[in-house]
This record gives sequence, C-alpha cells and structure tokens, in this order.
Amino acid sequence: MHIKYFSWVRDQIGVESENITISNEITNVNDLLKHLKNQSENHSKALNDISVIRCAVNMEVVDLEFSINDNDEIALFPPMTGG
Amino acid sequence: MIKVQKSDFDINLEIKKITANNKNIGGVGSFIGIVRDNDEKKLKSMTLEHYPIMTENMLEKINLEAKARWKLIDSIIIHRYGKLYPGDQIVLVATFSQHRKDALEACQFLIDWLKTKAPFWKLESTNNGDNWVKEKISDLAAAKKW
Repeated sequence: MHIKYFSWVRDQIGVESENITISNEITNVNDLLKHLKNQSENHSKALNDISVIRCAVNMEVVDLEFSINDNDEIALFPPMTGG
Repeated sequence: MIKVQKSDFDINLEIKKITANNKNIGGVGSFIGIVRDNDEKKLKSMTLEHYPIMTENMLEKINLEAKARWKLIDSIIIHRYGKLYPGDQIVLVATFSQHRKDALEACQFLIDWLKTKAPFWKLESTNNGDNWVKEKISDLAAAKKW
C-alpha cells in the first residue's frame, strides 16, 4: 500500500511517502491509522490527534470507516486550506 | 477551465479569452485571493502545497457542482502553488452567465467550497518562524451554507 503525507503530517513523520504491507486485520482507514501510529515515534506524534487528520483513498476524501486494500493510494493530511 | 499552476495570472486576459467567443454572456462574477500580511506577524512568504491530480479532480468536481446549480455559460478556476509573497495573487475564480445572479452566486460558492475541499495547504513564513495555516471555523461554515 502506498501512503502519501502532506503538510505538517509529512513534516512530523519525516517522509513524503512510504510503501507498507498491511495484514488482513487492517480493513479500514481507522485500522490503518492505528497500525501507522506504532511504526515510529514520529508517526505516533503526527497521528496522535485523529480529529485533525484527513484521509483520501485513491484521491477521494473518505471517513475512518472506509474500507481499504493493498492496491490503494492513501493520503494523510491536515484539513485543507485552499483559496 | 481549471488550472493549477506556479505562474501568475492576468484576470483581464483570462476573462477576455472567454467573452471573446461567447456573445451571450451578460455578466462575469470574479474573485481574486491575495496573500495577506496578517497584522503584526510580518509575513515573509506563503508556500502553497497541493496534492497533484487530486487537486485538479476536486476543482473539476466543485466546478461541475456549480454548473449543476447555476446557469453558467463558462467558469474559470486558476489556483497557484509554490512560494508566494504578500500582495501576490493566489487564486482566481470567474463565472460567466447571462444574468448577474447566477454569476455572482456561483462565484461565491466556488471560492467557499474550494477553500475547504481542495487539497491545498499553506505554510506561512514569518519573523517568528514557520507555521501551517489552520482550518478556520468560519470557512467551514461558509462552505456548509451552500
């Protein structure tokens, strides 16, 4: 699974993107976030407050219950501030 | 027309490109967002980051929504990214219709929606350091009212 990070989420995690292999137990975005939090101290810090994390799966914003699979492109970022 | 670009834009040029070929246009609604120096923070620059392809997709979606809700002859969204300075133009929204109501309302809708739905993030660089701009409750409320 390819994961992209943007804005301060990327700054805190320290990488722009990463590929991870997920187990069958990870079925939705919420599971993935829990899994990622355990990857490193940086991940844990960046993803600590889920209320300020937004997720896109294959470039569509989704909620925490959205189902994911290994071929998806996931992006994690803070609320958007365009305009 | 959707454009996500580093370079600046010229509103007159962009509008004329469309009005030149559409003589049934009776009004143009437009909005330009500009990098603002917030009071005493002494903004040095603002860097806009975005999520390529998703940004264009989302702007296209928002644009289609506007065309579904209002009678528009055409529309323009140009959004810049990269390092910008106080006074620089960030975004242009322009809507073209036969009558003013459609153009003006659709223009406000587009800017209200893109502020919270298009994947852009702003990094402010000030004399006190760098900080990512936070989502504003007022922007969320503005988007929700449509």
